[in-house]
Amino acid sequence: MIVFEKPKALTDATLHYCPGCTHGIIHRLVAEAIDELGIQGRTIGVASVGCSVMAYNYFDVDMVQAAHGRAPAVATGVKRSDPNNIVFTYQGDGDLAAIGTAETVHSAARGENITVIFVNNAIYGMTGGQMAPTTLPGQITQTSPYGRDVEKVGYPVKVCEMLSQLDGATYLERVAVNNVKNVKNAKKAILKAFKNQVEGKGFSLVEVVSTCPTNWGLEPSKALGWLEENMIPYYPLGVYKDKYKEEGEAK
Amino acid sequence: MSDKVLMKGNEALAEAAIMAGCRHYFGYPITPQTEVAAYMSKRMPKIDGGVFLQAESEIAAINMVIGVAATGKRVMTSSSSPGISLKSEGLSYLAGCDLPALIVNVQRGGPGLGGIQPSQSDYFHATRGAGHGDFHMLVLAPNSVQEMVSLVFKGFDLAEKYRMTAMILSDGTMGQMMEPVSLDMGEIKQYDKPWALTGTELKRKPNIVNSLYLKPEELEVKNFERYEKYKAIEETEAMYDEYMMEDAEICIVAFGVASRVSQNAIDQARAQGIKVGMIRPITLWPFPKKALLKASEKVNAFVSVELSMGQMVEDIELATRCAKPVLLCNRVGGMIPTTEDVLNKIMEATKVGGAK
Repeated sequence: MIVFEKPKALTDATLHYCPGCTHGIIHRLVAEAIDELGIQGRTIGVASVGCSVMAYNYFDVDMVQAAHGRAPAVATGVKRSDPNNIVFTYQGDGDLAAIGTAETVHSAARGENITVIFVNNAIYGMTGGQMAPTTLPGQITQTSPYGRDVEKVGYPVKVCEMLSQLDGATYLERVAVNNVKNVKNAKKAILKAFKNQVEGKGFSLVEVVSTCPTNWGLEPSKALGWLEENMIPYYPLGVYKDKYKEEGEAK
Repeated sequence: MSDKVLMKGNEALAEAAIMAGCRHYFGYPITPQTEVAAYMSKRMPKIDGGVFLQAESEIAAINMVIGVAATGKRVMTSSSSPGISLKSEGLSYLAGCDLPALIVNVQRGGPGLGGIQPSQSDYFHATRGAGHGDFHMLVLAPNSVQEMVSLVFKGFDLAEKYRMTAMILSDGTMGQMMEPVSLDMGEIKQYDKPWALTGTELKRKPNIVNSLYLKPEELEVKNFERYEKYKAIEETEAMYDEYMMEDAEICIVAFGVASRVSQNAIDQARAQGIKVGMIRPITLWPFPKKALLKASEKVNAFVSVELSMGQMVEDIELATRCAKPVLLCNRVGGMIPTTEDVLNKIMEATKVGGAK
C-alpha cells in the first residue's frame, strides 16, 4: 500500500531551493491541492521573478513566466482568455509587495477569479538578501546593514491586512509551514484558495510566512525559531477575509 | 464599393481588430488614442467571447496582453507615446517569449509628457529600441483609414506567422481623420499553435512560455535563431508604395501623415516641371531597403519628410549606403510640415542634385 507519494502535479525535476527553505513544502501543498481538485489538465501557472522563478520546471502544468511583479496581470490575461482555465500565480514578497504592488492590489480589487500563492520570507532571496517590503523593523539585510530603520525607510507592508480592505477580494489567509499543525492548516488554506476559483468565487490569496536560512544567515532549525519568534508575531496567522463565510454568517 | 462606411481612424482600427478575430483588448486611457479603448468598451461586451478590460496601468495592460497571447489567442492593446514607454518592458518579454500580439502606438510629441498633437518621434523606439535585449517588432505605418484597417489584418497575420509583436505606428492625425472605409478583408489565415497554453488536459507534456535562459550558450542560440527569422522577414516582408518614381530625380521618403502632405507637394512640384516622386515605406521594420537602394541609382537626392528630428534619415542613409544626399524636411512637437515646407525642400534638393 502506498502511504506517501509525490503529487501528480509536480514534475520529477530536482528542486534548486536551499536547505531549510520552505518553498519545497509550499510547492507540494499547491500540487496536492491541484491533484485533489482534479484540475491538473486545465491549470495554468504563472511563475514570477525571485527564487521561485523556475517554478515552471516543477509544476506539471502549462506555465508562463512573468516579468517582475506582473504575474497577476499575466494571470488576468490567461484567465480572461478562457475562464475554464484554473490560473495561479506563485510570488515572493519583493515581487508581490514591492514592484508588483499595483498589479496585486488591482487584481484583488477587480475580484479577478485567480489564486495567488504569496511566499513572504522578509527578504530578497534570489538577488542575495536585500531588504524587502516585508523585512522586519531592525532586521539586518545586505541593503539594511545596520538593521531596517523605520525612521528612514518606513515600515513593512502587511499584505493580507491591506487587501482585506478591498471589497473585491474574496479570501485572504496568512499561514506558515514551520510545524506539522501549521502545514496542515496551510494545506487547507491553499486547497480552499483553489476551490474558490473552481467555484467562480473570485480573488483568493494565501500568504505563507516562510524562512530564508541562507540570507538570514541562520541554519535551518534556527531559521524556524527566528520565524516563530519574530515573523509570526509581526505577521499574525489567520483568516483576514472570507467573503462567502461572512455572507453565510450574515444570513 | 457599396459596403464602405465613414469612420475615424482610431475606430476603424478597433473594428478591424474585431473583424480580424481579436476578442481581447486591454488598455489604459491616454490622448490621442482613447477612442480605441472607448470603442472596444462598447463593442466587446456585445460580442461572443469579447473581453474589454481597462487595466490599472499601461504595464498591467501589456502584461494582460502577454497572458492572452500565451494562450494563443489574438489580442491587442493600444496607447500613445508616454504609455508605450511604459509598455516597453512587456514588449521585450513578448519578444523573449516569441509571442504574437498587436500593439498600437498613436504617437504624440515627446520626450517626457511632451504634447498631445501628432508626432512620428517614436520611430527609433519602434524600429530599434522597443525594450531591452536584441529584438525587433514588425512595424506597420498606415497613411489612410483604409490602410489602418488592412494593416490591422496584416499585422495580426504576420504576428502569428512569425510569432512576434506587430506594431501599428499611427499618429494623432491618422487616428482622428475620417475617411470611407471597407472592413471586409476576406478570409483570416489560421496558424497552428502547438506552443500555446491551453491546459495539458493530461494529454501532452506541459507547455512553458518563458524568456529566461540562465545558460549563456542557450540564450545565445535563442538570439541567433530569432535573428535568422528577422533576416528572412527583411528579405520577404518589406512593404512600400511608390508615387511618380518612374522618371524621378528627387525621391521623397515619408510615411503616415507626412506622406499625405508630401503627395500634395509632389503634385504641385510636378506642375512646375520638377521630377520628384515618393517611396512610402508601409513597413518601417523591415525597412524597404532594396527599393531605396534601387532608387539611389537613379535619383540625385532624397528628402525625408518626417514629424521627428530626422530619425528616418539614418535608415535612408543606411539603405542607400549614403550614395546620395538625404535632406530633412521636418516639423516636431506636434507640428506638421505644410505642403509649402515640403515644396521648399524639394527646391533645395534640386540644387543639391544639380551639384552632382
